[in-house]
Amino acid sequence: MARLIIRLERPDAGNIYYKGDDINSFSAAQLKSYRGNVQMIFQDPYSSLNPRKSAVSIIREPLTIRKIGDKNERDEMVMQLMAKVGLSKEQANRYPHEFSGGQRQRIGIARALVLKPELIIADEPVSALDVSIQAQILNLLKELKHDFGLTYLFISHDLNVIRNMSDRIAVMYLGKIVELAANRDIYSTPMHPYTRMLLSAVPSGDPKNKNRTLSIKGEARNEGEKGCNFQNRCSYKIDICAQEEPPLKRYDQQRFCACHRGGSI
Amino acid sequence: MPRLLEIKDLRTVFDTAKGRISAVDGVTLGLNSGDTLGIVGESGCGKTMLALSIMRLIPANGKIVNGEILFSGQDLLKISSEEMRKKRGSEIAMVFQEPMTSLNPVLRVGEQIAESIRLHQKLHTKEALALSIDQLREVGIDDPEKLIRDYPHQLSGGMRQRVMIAMAMSCHPQLLLADEPTTALDVTIQAQILDLISTLKEKNNMAVILITHDLGIIAQAAKHVAVMYAGKIVENSTVENIFDHPLHPYTRGLIESMPARCAASSDKGNYLKTIPGNVPSLYNLPAGCRFFDRCTSAQKECNKEEPVLKEIEEGHFVSCWKYPGNIN
Repeated sequence: MARLIIRLERPDAGNIYYKGDDINSFSAAQLKSYRGNVQMIFQDPYSSLNPRKSAVSIIREPLTIRKIGDKNERDEMVMQLMAKVGLSKEQANRYPHEFSGGQRQRIGIARALVLKPELIIADEPVSALDVSIQAQILNLLKELKHDFGLTYLFISHDLNVIRNMSDRIAVMYLGKIVELAANRDIYSTPMHPYTRMLLSAVPSGDPKNKNRTLSIKGEARNEGEKGCNFQNRCSYKIDICAQEEPPLKRYDQQRFCACHRGGSI
Repeated sequence: MPRLLEIKDLRTVFDTAKGRISAVDGVTLGLNSGDTLGIVGESGCGKTMLALSIMRLIPANGKIVNGEILFSGQDLLKISSEEMRKKRGSEIAMVFQEPMTSLNPVLRVGEQIAESIRLHQKLHTKEALALSIDQLREVGIDDPEKLIRDYPHQLSGGMRQRVMIAMAMSCHPQLLLADEPTTALDVTIQAQILDLISTLKEKNNMAVILITHDLGIIAQAAKHVAVMYAGKIVENSTVENIFDHPLHPYTRGLIESMPARCAASSDKGNYLKTIPGNVPSLYNLPAGCRFFDRCTSAQKECNKEEPVLKEIEEGHFVSCWKYPGNIN
């Protein structure tokens, strides 16, 4: 989905609108400006930085390509940003292999911010990092969001990280959104059986609280079968679930769920 | 009665182009039958090398230069490689992180499980296959007769890890080493695999060493926990002590930086606690305590001499200068 939003892939059906305009009918010039406004932070800070470029030239490259400012202005912007994401001046001319995973992710974040985007797609930005570094990067992302007024689409498999980072949460299962709601609603009153199973499967981080409320069973079924994607693992299955795929329905202002038994379980 | 596993002052070194490093540096720990010991630490802290040292399977450029690994009272470092080979798979088994790369892609699942049964229990292929089917049923596979004819690429990640566990369990080992067994899996599959390991452990009174970087898994599955940092154990105690009453500043930092333990939602200013800095490189360790330059309660003396692991409270071992000395 992230790749569709930054238009690295084209959808087979459906539309993506950015400020009211369909991104798939953009002209080359519109696309260029769109991609300046929408930037991505990648999961793997090892493979997403060019090993033959120094930190400063990696972060500067978007400016160079777009011919923004003169050389001194560009360097000034890069240096400011590096300080902002917690990299020192001395590190500017080092190459990616000289940095740790957390520092590389800081370089990736600075590169994403250098064009002053409005929307950042962060695709598992901390899942390749060690626990003690994860918290540093999550805090940095929050700080930057606040300081630059950013909007994040934050992709993660880690429900604890999601809970800490998001305002609204969409739960996906086999290519579909099964539930969409405000952060506190997802965690306090999950509606979809899959959301409930996920929440029950997440380790609580407290050795005194090991008991699960729900049983966790089954594996994802093959795609393309009839009915609801989750029916083979669902404890609340009824006849219609094997026949029809449930649509994503709105339950209140902020709350959507795709389940035939939505609201009644 | 001796403990099932007793490791004393184990040191495993690697000779590399940049010099000699100690991946495991003076590790001492013990484990009883039926217990789960969690080993937690960040990448490069030596937890996998510790497990491979117990198996005597460390890579060719490494060697164990000091210490004892007593398994039921017998030092594994003193027996011949032939004797060690017999123990591996039958008495001590290991489950690896990546179930795809640790299964042979060109052999059917059944043959792979049967192989270790044939070798260790001296059975014929047919009997071994029959036992493999039982073993697969044991790890929660519904249709094992069909599955034994499948190749690894036909299985999902969760199924592969079940097969790996079936293989490890096939000779009823007394000790199971599980190295990040669920890291490559989805969270709902992870929960199932952890439950399975715990059920099998109870049933066979087996000891488990569970290696992970994920504190949530440790809280869920371990009875005792050893926290590793840069090749050393810095704290070792019960899981309750480690989570509710951590003593080492590194352990405290780790527990406090867990998103699960932080209040919910993205309310403005809801920042996580962090440990400053980065894990030191083993080539370039700070003088004195290895955690010195990241430690918030470091004192002047801390970078003079390295602290040793001492029993600060009953059953609670810590290596930190903050704590005066052994209780005994």
